Amino acid sequence: MRGIPLQYIWRNLFARRLTTLLTASGMALVVFVFTVVQMLEAGLRSTLVETGSPDNVVLIRTASQTEIQSSIERNQSRILSGLPHIATDPSGKPLFASECLVLISLNKKQRRSPANITVRGSDSTGLALRPQVQLIAGRPFAPGSNEIIVGSSIAKGFAGTGLGEQLYFARREWQIVGIFDAGKTGFNSEIWGDGEQMLQAFRRPVYSSVILKLDDRRAFDDLVARVAADRRLTVEAKRENAFYADQSKFMATFISILGNTLSIIFSIGAVLGAMITMYGSVASRVNEIGALRAIGFRRNRILIAFLGESLLLSLVGGCAGILAASAMQWITISTMNWQTFSELAFSFTLTPGIVAGALGFSLLMGFVGGFLPALRAARLNIVDALRAA
Amino acid sequence: MLTLLIRFALRNTLRHRLRSSLTILGIVVAILAFGLLRTVVSAWYAGADAASDKRLVVRSSISLIFPLPLSYAEKLRAIDGVTQVGKMNWFNGVYIDERNFFAQFAVDPETHFQLYPENIVPPDEMRAFLNDRRGVIVGRKLANRFGWKIGDVVPIKGTIYPGNWEFVVRGIYSGRHANTDESQFIFRWDYLNERVQQLYPGRGNQVGIYLLQIRDGREAAAISRRVDAEFKNSLAETLTETEKAFNLGFIAMTGAIVNAIQIVSFVVIVIIMAVMANTMAMAARERGPEYATLKALGFSPLVVGALVYAESLLLALIGGGIGILATAPAARLVGSKLDNIFPVFNVAPETLWMQIAAAGVIGVTAAIIPAARAMRMRIIDGLRAVV
Repeated sequence: MRGIPLQYIWRNLFARRLTTLLTASGMALVVFVFTVVQMLEAGLRSTLVETGSPDNVVLIRTASQTEIQSSIERNQSRILSGLPHIATDPSGKPLFASECLVLISLNKKQRRSPANITVRGSDSTGLALRPQVQLIAGRPFAPGSNEIIVGSSIAKGFAGTGLGEQLYFARREWQIVGIFDAGKTGFNSEIWGDGEQMLQAFRRPVYSSVILKLDDRRAFDDLVARVAADRRLTVEAKRENAFYADQSKFMATFISILGNTLSIIFSIGAVLGAMITMYGSVASRVNEIGALRAIGFRRNRILIAFLGESLLLSLVGGCAGILAASAMQWITISTMNWQTFSELAFSFTLTPGIVAGALGFSLLMGFVGGFLPALRAARLNIVDALRAA
Repeated sequence: MLTLLIRFALRNTLRHRLRSSLTILGIVVAILAFGLLRTVVSAWYAGADAASDKRLVVRSSISLIFPLPLSYAEKLRAIDGVTQVGKMNWFNGVYIDERNFFAQFAVDPETHFQLYPENIVPPDEMRAFLNDRRGVIVGRKLANRFGWKIGDVVPIKGTIYPGNWEFVVRGIYSGRHANTDESQFIFRWDYLNERVQQLYPGRGNQVGIYLLQIRDGREAAAISRRVDAEFKNSLAETLTETEKAFNLGFIAMTGAIVNAIQIVSFVVIVIIMAVMANTMAMAARERGPEYATLKALGFSPLVVGALVYAESLLLALIGGGIGILATAPAARLVGSKLDNIFPVFNVAPETLWMQIAAAGVIGVTAAIIPAARAMRMRIIDGLRAVV
């Protein structure tokens, strides 16, 4: 015995257009929220994971958690520069940079609200250590000058940060000579300049962090052991990618808890909507069901047909929700990362995994919402069903 | 006539018990979720709402991470209109694990609680705090969270100020108002400074922010300008603003997230609107013949429309009522789980009004299309209709 044709299911949805539309749009909104939250989390994660490279090692003061809170004295930096396993560039210069990080307050273009921006004082080696940082306009800052380059998220979102403009902070004018793009990384929300100039301007006697590149990725454990064994050093070493991923842990957890809670609550609403629709669909077709049974369709075929209708309904809603969510990819969010207290820009990222998850989620809603009504349809007694008015 | 209408609407809602109860359940969930999300938003703003207009915050003009020199305290005291000066340093230490986050401040033991009269400390505990350099006064909520009692030693690992620190609980403060933050950890600035000077000689005598109490809230702008002019062109220029503006500045930094929660709180209402509109559309379709009969008996289309509206509003208000009643207990439950993020988590009276309004809007909008259809429907079509 073959199943009930798909066309029957499809036409039923079409026959009650308003109901179908309302139920599907309710589901679409739930799937939209679900997808957008996942995209946000994925965007945040990829931004902070891609910020670092596993070959690079960041060294900060023990227990300081972030570069901003860290301080590394000059003599410690010198000791660290003598460590083995530091890679060199073709000219033989070690890939080792001592950097200073501070936060300054800048106004956003929109609504002029202030935000904390990371200013990184570095040098040409610091730039060489991050090949993902690419200039898209202007030129790099000259060593020992008051020149700075700004990340593309800063140039886009903040007032007075265009090429050729000047920023005033730490009692000095700083000339913007370049804009860099660092792909989807946290560096996009930073301002870079000459490290020694920054230390003087901000009256800092110490560096914030040290970054170096390993000549061999596996030498990391050896490096950690050496740093821990040297009693003159009060620093801890982390791989750069792990270091930046740690900095988003709190925000990622917050987003995922909030998002999952919302998705669950919202989906209750959508499941109830689907249930109401499907119960209505069954109730108004009791005669039809009786006829289908009378001409020989089995109970399980009826069950499958009604479940199919519910799944189809949720699939329509799910697809619409995902489609709407995919439009969010063009939007960039810029907000403060609590852990570093500084601005971080990231965008919604849609991955195949998220699409699959969202589709699965919408089908699940359809299944849960449609199962009980379908069961009722399947359990109808032929005679009663045919007799019903 | 009116009573007939109401009785009719009541009977109608009871006809499809399953559908009505599913719809009401949906509205309960939506109104509850809406209320909780609005409460999250208001919890975000709790710090700004609790701010006094008689307090100013003086910080470095570069950004908050730059400290101000200790010598500014006396200069600030001399500025006209300033009645009290307090210091505050953000400590950001870790108690056992990073997840146990709570705000820790090093403050002037003598003046801080005069600046914050809303934090009430029993006099004997205050004396004990003033007599113990390692003393700390903690909020009631914080003390309950970790089970601290007076005399307990609290070990904290420094992040900005490295090292292992030990504090002795000398007092527990309680808030004067419902929106007072009762989860702060307040210890002595002189203890912090003493240890920092021993360990890091260059980093002593630095103050994170100064708090000013002023004579009159209306003078805030003038005094702020006076303070900033005093330190213009010095090594550490200042930025002075009211406590409220200072707190709002923090909220603006995470504005994207607050906005997202606000948008989402309305999305849930839209979702349930679709569900409710669907219920009403189905109900109205089934009752086509009845509406046609009513019209045939001579009732005006307005009565038919009113029937649909009455039924929809009835469902929405029952669901909304249950949702509103459930909000306060649910907020207490959520608030106790999130007390490390939101020190104050209370349902605001505005939230209740917004919930009532949302339920009303759901009821009305859901009925618009079905009511219009029922009113427009020709008697003959209604009587002929096969449901």
